[in-house]
Parts: sequence; C-alpha cells; structure tokens
Amino acid sequence: MPTIIKLKNINKTYYSGAPLHVLKGIDLEIDRGELVSIMGASGSGKSTLLNILGILDNYDTGEYHLNDVLIKNLSETRAAYFRNKLIGFIFQSFNLISFKNAMENVALPLYYQKTGRKTRNKMALEYLDRLGLKEWAYHMPNELSGGQKQRVAIARALISKPQIILADEPTGALDSKTSAEVLDVLKKVNATGMTMIIVTHESGIANQTNKIIRLKDGVIEKIEDNSEHSFSHFDIQNIK
Amino acid sequence: MFDLDRWNEIFITISRNKIRSILTAFGVFWGIFMLVALLGGGNGLGSLITGQMSDIASNSCVMWSSRTSEAYKGFRKGRWWQINNRDIEIIKAKVKGLDEISPLITPWTPTSDNAVRGDRKGTFSVQGTYANFNKIDKHTMQYGRYLNDLDVMDERKVCIIGQRVYEALFNRGEDPIGKDIRVDGVYYKVIGVGRGSDNLNFSGDKDEMITVPFTIMQKLYNYGDNVDNVFALAKPGVAVSEMQEEMEAILKNNHSIAPHDRQAINSFNIENMLKQVTGLILGVNVLAFIVGMGTLLAGIIGVSNIMMVTVRERTQEIGIRRALGAKPSTIMTQIMSESFTLTAIAGFLGISFAVLILQLVDVGLAAGSEGTAVFQISFFTAVVAGLIIIILGTLAGLGPAFRAMKIKPIEALSEE
Repeated sequence: MPTIIKLKNINKTYYSGAPLHVLKGIDLEIDRGELVSIMGASGSGKSTLLNILGILDNYDTGEYHLNDVLIKNLSETRAAYFRNKLIGFIFQSFNLISFKNAMENVALPLYYQKTGRKTRNKMALEYLDRLGLKEWAYHMPNELSGGQKQRVAIARALISKPQIILADEPTGALDSKTSAEVLDVLKKVNATGMTMIIVTHESGIANQTNKIIRLKDGVIEKIEDNSEHSFSHFDIQNIK
Repeated sequence: MFDLDRWNEIFITISRNKIRSILTAFGVFWGIFMLVALLGGGNGLGSLITGQMSDIASNSCVMWSSRTSEAYKGFRKGRWWQINNRDIEIIKAKVKGLDEISPLITPWTPTSDNAVRGDRKGTFSVQGTYANFNKIDKHTMQYGRYLNDLDVMDERKVCIIGQRVYEALFNRGEDPIGKDIRVDGVYYKVIGVGRGSDNLNFSGDKDEMITVPFTIMQKLYNYGDNVDNVFALAKPGVAVSEMQEEMEAILKNNHSIAPHDRQAINSFNIENMLKQVTGLILGVNVLAFIVGMGTLLAGIIGVSNIMMVTVRERTQEIGIRRALGAKPSTIMTQIMSESFTLTAIAGFLGISFAVLILQLVDVGLAAGSEGTAVFQISFFTAVVAGLIIIILGTLAGLGPAFRAMKIKPIEALSEE
C-alpha cells in the first residue's frame, strides 16, 4: 500500500504566555486505506497533531506530506482548498450548521467546490441514503438524534471524496449503543478503501482500529499493530 | 454571476433575527430618509423664495428720496427733497454701467372706486412708468401689449390693466383691448392685460394695478417734474452696488446733499438681496446635508455594529465552513453581501419613502396654488443618494468581514 501521510520530525510550540512545546519531533507514516487511532491523555498533543494533519494549524519545523503534496506554510486560501479536496472532518460535537437541513449540511463542501445546486443536492441525498437517513434529509439538525447527526456529519465528510477522514472523538458525545453503530459506519467506510484516522481516549474504540498510535508528552510513545483487535478494554498490555 | 445560493443564504441569515435586522435597517432607512427629505425641503424652500422674486431682474436696484440727515451747503438738515426728471437724464448720460433706467410714480393710496367703466367700478392702484420698466419688474402679458416708448413720448392716454382689474371692469371673455376706462377722472384706452407671477412687488400687486405712461401721469397727477422712485438695471457683468454708488453721487451732487449723508437716499439692491437669499438657501442645504448625513452615518454604524455582533455569534459556524473548505474571501464576501443587502434594502426604501413624501408636498402645494415650488429632489440627487447607500453599505460590512476572515477554524471549533 502506498503511503498517504508522511510526517517527518514535526515540531510545534505554542507561544501564548510561556512557550509550550506540544509536539516534539513526530515521525509517522500512514498508508492508504489504513484504519488508525491516535490515543493519548489530554495534553499529550493529540489534538494538535490532528489539527496539523487536517491543515487546520501550522507546524514549526519538519515536513508533512499528504498525498505526496508538501503541506507547509500554505496560504489560508490554499489550505482551504486542500481541506476541501483532501480531507473529511468528523467532530465530537457534530458541528452541523443549525439553520440548514441535513441535505444542505451534507452538500456544503460541494458548494465550496462550486458544484451546481441540483447536482450537489442529488449527491447529498445519495450519501444520506447510503447512511440510512433518506427520510431525514429535510430535517433540521435539532430534529435529529445524536447518532443521526453524526451520520449526517459522516455523509458530509464523505461527499467531497476526500483522501483521508479525520475523526476527532467521533463517539464522544454518544451513548454506547449509538457509538457502536457510528463506529460500524466508520469501519464500513474504511472497508471501501478510505484512509481513516480516529482520535479517541476510549480504549474500546481504539481496539476496533487496526493500528494504535500512542502519544505521550508530545512524542509517539509506541505504535501498536492491532490487526487482531486483541487490545483489551482494560488496557492490560500496558499494565504488564 | 447570479448565485442563488448566496442570496438564499443572505436572506436566511438576515431573517434569522428578524427584529434585530428590522431595527438595524430602520436606522439606515431613517438616515437616508432624513437626508433626502431635508435636501428636498431645502430645494423647495429655495424655489419658494426665488419663485417670489422671479419677475424682478436680479441685477437691478431701486431708489427713493428721504429727509437729509446732515446740513450741507447752507441747507439745514432734515430737509425734504425729490428726485426729478433731470436726475434721470443725467444718470442715464453719466453712469456707464447702467443698462436701463425708469422712473416710477405711484400715488400712495388710491381713492375709493377710482376705476370706472360703465356701471362697473373698483379701487385700484395706478402707476406711471417708462416702457423699459418691464425689463426690470416684469408684467406677464395675457392680452395685448405693454407700454412702448411712443406711448411715453407722446403722453398717450393708454393703460395696462391687471387681471383683477379686468375681472372687475369687464365681462368674462370680453375683449378689453381698445376699450376705454376712467381712472381718477381721466379716460384711458386699454392696450393690454397683464399679471405678476410672484408676490414681491415694489409698487403693489400687478394683478390689481393700472399702469399708464409715466409722462402723462406726471402731468395729470400734478407731480411737476418729480419722481417717486428710480429703477435701474445694470449692464451684464456690472456690479449693482457700483452702479448704485455712482447714481447716489450724482443725486447728492444735484440736490446739494452731503456726500456722506446716509439717510437722504433710500435704496434697495436686488442683487445683494438675492445674494443673501442664495446664501441662505445654500446654508439651509448644507445644514440639511450635514444633519442628513449624520443621521445616515449613525444608521450605517448601527449596521456595522450589528454585523460585528453577528460575526461573533457565528464564529463557530464560520469555523465549520472554513474547515469544510470555504476560502477566507468567500467568508468575507458573504458578510459584506449581508451588510450590503440590509443597507441597500433599507436605503432604497428610505429614498422611495422620502420621494413619496416630497411628491405629496408638491401635489399639496400645487392644489393650494401657493406657487410652484419644487420640493422634489432631482433624479441626479436620487442616484447620488443611491450610490452613497451602496458605498456606505459596503464599507459598513468591511470591518466585520475582516474580523470574520481572521477567524481560524481551530479557534472557532474549540469554542463551544
């Protein structure tokens, strides 16, 4: 499998008040089609790493290649272009736009690609159908349950046919049953060949991924192969 | 390119907080309404005032005699004197800037029922002038003609009657030309009917006036060679005040009046008065503009302020859009279009409303026949007002749009 994400010695320091060295030389390679989770305690730098991967934030030194394109010092416009083309975001709090219905929310990335209204609404309906939300297409976000909202968000992440999906605590706001459903959806999406990176602090979620990247104090502590899904909910390997 | 989605979005965001949008828009509406209405009002006031003076030549002046206030050349002060025919001839010969000069005689109060024709009669003022008086204070002729030089030279007993004189002495529709009327015991042939088109008169309302040749009147009314008033018209490009000074010097010299006697000659300078009036109108217009612009700016600042608040409220939404691939410029145009649309709708409503009100005033004035003042703004002014609205509306959105553009997606997304 060809490499899609290549991080080389990524450093990031925040200068608000006392300088805070958040990422201390991250080296990471992720292949196309992988299902990876990033774990770490709060303050480990996992959110910062995700922001850099999602071109939402800049890094100080190092190199980040996404789909063989060097992502460095991009203008806001260029960054917006790459985010739109290459990355699908899924957030913990869904981040749907409250005054647009499900279909319009899903179609939004296509709007920024200047796709015509009819085409993009048709595509949005298709994606909603795939996620079992066809009847809910014209409902506003506040009329949907948490699981439904997250599925709308997944449809929105998929519609621009991105290279990678970044999910930041995708089940953080959901109960265990809906969490399982949503995770199922994510795994199905991954099965179609989509690279997926999930940031989570729940071992149960991480265990369903094939590779677990553990972050601690701004460095990668270890990368575990989890293709057997033997990783325990109770983190036994770590205790040993 | 017309982008339906963008307009849809603008409409949604504006109508999401209806009361706030309406109140904000009202500020702009009221501002432009005030601006346009005040400018129209200034216009109307100006045309109302100048309309009152449309008959009188703007480069003219009038003089009449009064008691002297200084002793001079052996004469005591407080002496009465009179302008006479000789003064007119000398002024005509000596004053270079003078274009036309006409004496005027007008007995102060007419005797009761002084004008008679058959069994019809009425009380009207009588004035005697030269033919060129019409160039200084114009009669609008409705029938016949005005006096000419031969009438004056030959001392013909002819007269111009005002419209109301005609109504009093003639049947409706009757041809007055060539008919005789008796005025103060003397028969005159009517040669014309005229009227004034304004309300400012030196010798009385032209509608109720009987005008006869100066020469015959001077004789018949026992004026000797005295004159009541002298009207003078300056040549184009000559300042009336200069001409007036020369005339006064001649009069003072002829009548042994002290050169610095300020009270012996009364005069009225139309040019100066018009200057003052135009200055006044300009002042009113400038004031109208300042007040109107001030109100409008307050409204625009209101829009800008509300857009700032909106941007703040929508930080998260803007963050989501940015994460999904909206370019900074897209966000910026979005905010600017919202501000622009709000301002433009309110502004054009305001202009239309002001134009409507001004039109009502115009129609009301025309119905009341109070003159023909034009309160309505010109099309050009309306276009300028529209441009001002468009420019200010865009500027109002600029600040908020820049703030929205600076929103970083991560900051916005972490703000929950």
